[in-house]
Amino acid sequence: MAETTSALDRIAARAARATPVPVARRLRGLSDRGIAWLFITPTILLLLAINIFPLIWTIWLSFTNYRANRPTLETEFIGLQNYQRVLSNPDVWHTLQVTARFLCWTMAIQTVLGFALAWLINRQFRGHGFWTTVILLPMMLSPAVVGNFWTFLYQPQIGLFNYVVSFFTGIPPSSFQMIGDVNLAPWAIVIVDTWMWTPYIMLICLAGLRSIPDYLYEAAEVDRASPWRQFWSITVPMVLPFLMLAVLFRAIENFKMFDLVVELTSGGPGSVTELASINLKREAFEKWRTGYSSAFAIILFVTVFGAANIYVKALNAVKNR
Amino acid sequence: MSSAAHSVVEPSRWVRILAGTVVVIYAIITIVPMLWIFMTGFKTPPDSISYPPKLLFEPSLEGYVNLFTTRTRQTPEYMQQLPPPQTWWDELVRSRQMVIAGPSKFGERFMNSVIIGFGSTFLSVFLGTLAAYAFSRFRVPLKDDLMFFILSTRMMPPIAVAIPIFLMYRAVGLSDTHLGMILLYTAVNVSLAVWLLKGFIDEIPREYEEAALIDGYTRLQAFVKVVLPQAATGIAATAIFCLIFAWNEYAFALLLTSGTAQTAPPFIPTIIGEGGLDWPAVAAGATLFLIPIVVFTILLRKHLLRGITFGAVRK
Repeated sequence: MAETTSALDRIAARAARATPVPVARRLRGLSDRGIAWLFITPTILLLLAINIFPLIWTIWLSFTNYRANRPTLETEFIGLQNYQRVLSNPDVWHTLQVTARFLCWTMAIQTVLGFALAWLINRQFRGHGFWTTVILLPMMLSPAVVGNFWTFLYQPQIGLFNYVVSFFTGIPPSSFQMIGDVNLAPWAIVIVDTWMWTPYIMLICLAGLRSIPDYLYEAAEVDRASPWRQFWSITVPMVLPFLMLAVLFRAIENFKMFDLVVELTSGGPGSVTELASINLKREAFEKWRTGYSSAFAIILFVTVFGAANIYVKALNAVKNR
Repeated sequence: MSSAAHSVVEPSRWVRILAGTVVVIYAIITIVPMLWIFMTGFKTPPDSISYPPKLLFEPSLEGYVNLFTTRTRQTPEYMQQLPPPQTWWDELVRSRQMVIAGPSKFGERFMNSVIIGFGSTFLSVFLGTLAAYAFSRFRVPLKDDLMFFILSTRMMPPIAVAIPIFLMYRAVGLSDTHLGMILLYTAVNVSLAVWLLKGFIDEIPREYEEAALIDGYTRLQAFVKVVLPQAATGIAATAIFCLIFAWNEYAFALLLTSGTAQTAPPFIPTIIGEGGLDWPAVAAGATLFLIPIVVFTILLRKHLLRGITFGAVRK
């Protein structure tokens, strides 16, 4: 009996504690803290459901022999076997090499070209706003549609690309195929990627150039520093953090590059343009080796994150110099 | 000394002209492939594959007619007993010994792009605005960690999460549905929306809201009546960036949809004519698909930099 009373007391006490909020204050709306959580929670929940949960699922699948096309098959936990298979597969190393080469060439060309263009546009010539917008257009387009259309431009018999090359060099247009040739196909994707994404680097470099205060150059003039010296001692160091940020964003995107290359060469001829993500798609959605491809996906993911983290450390070092 | 006139701060006239010439040449090289897409859309199939490539040609709407219709080839006898063509497109198709069998799937796919693009844009901007406001104005525990978590979800390769999303969607019946794709693109875009909008809202002086609070507005009223109108430009810019992403996305659309909810990017490259790809029709589809983005890009010029860097570089 005593227990019941105390229980009732507790409920009464709790009710009393719950109501003291003055009606007036409640009408004034939620507390700031309440609003903060109300506003943030939906986003966090959505990301947990559609990003984090699938990622954890991928990690789990990577330790099993699950196959998505045979859901009835009993799923077995097989430890690190998938990882071992991925890492001992020469095809995987081949695709990673292709990806690394693609990254090196596109990043090198686009960095130089993007910086040079930004430097030129910063001269503020007449109509620079209009021409800048023209240069920026390709990166806003759909890579898949663009990739598909470039296959048309690359046709050896009828395409514009071969015609233009032969017009300027005299090489007969039907003597080379950009996307059918083992040696030229990687360059075909480098060309399209450069066409699409140089503006990205250019735009960020331009922001870097515009952030350099004029007085630095004026001071250098007073000190009689040559333009060359000004370029290497002021322009380059001031733009470098911006440039490195641009390269980071582009490298992450190019590492997961899929759409453009699928439509352009779909990894061929043979597998000379088979980037890691294309190989991954084949393993996951054509061969349906779900466990294996999950392990591969995790390895790629860890690689990107590891590399990005090291790079960000370097970036911060440059910034704080 | 003349070197002052040649400094970076005040480049001389000749430096400007030289710089301008190089940039204009690069811009022209850039624009040629896009103009070629546009032109090919108005060629006839024989003109599109003639060699040398035709710069001058008689414009034709055949590509667009072929894009929106499916056609069947008929015998001359059959063609003769048909009633005379009712419309110019009927006439155009019949001049190639074909009759229109029905509409193509392009309209449907384009509509899917519109529904999924605008649906996910609305949802990501809505969620993003709320979260960005909270991150900008309130003391949220672990704020920096949460912000970084939100950004890091964007760095995941789509294929890494595509397999479980595929399985998950299959289990709950969301695969190949508009809702499923809207939720997915929202999840991808919301990170961009939060980061961009936080930057825009940070720039609105807090004094405006404080004045509103003193006038007796609640926090929510102050948010709706003071902050939102001030952030309108930023919200519009963010919306267009989200739309551009959802509009152009290909990997998820290819892997997770097969028909009902398929968007245009995986569809356009598959438009087949007689004997291979129908290039004028593909080009017509690409043109219709690219035009909205080109228009938005021109409108967006000022905000471009912030949008493509998640606001990491301020301009």
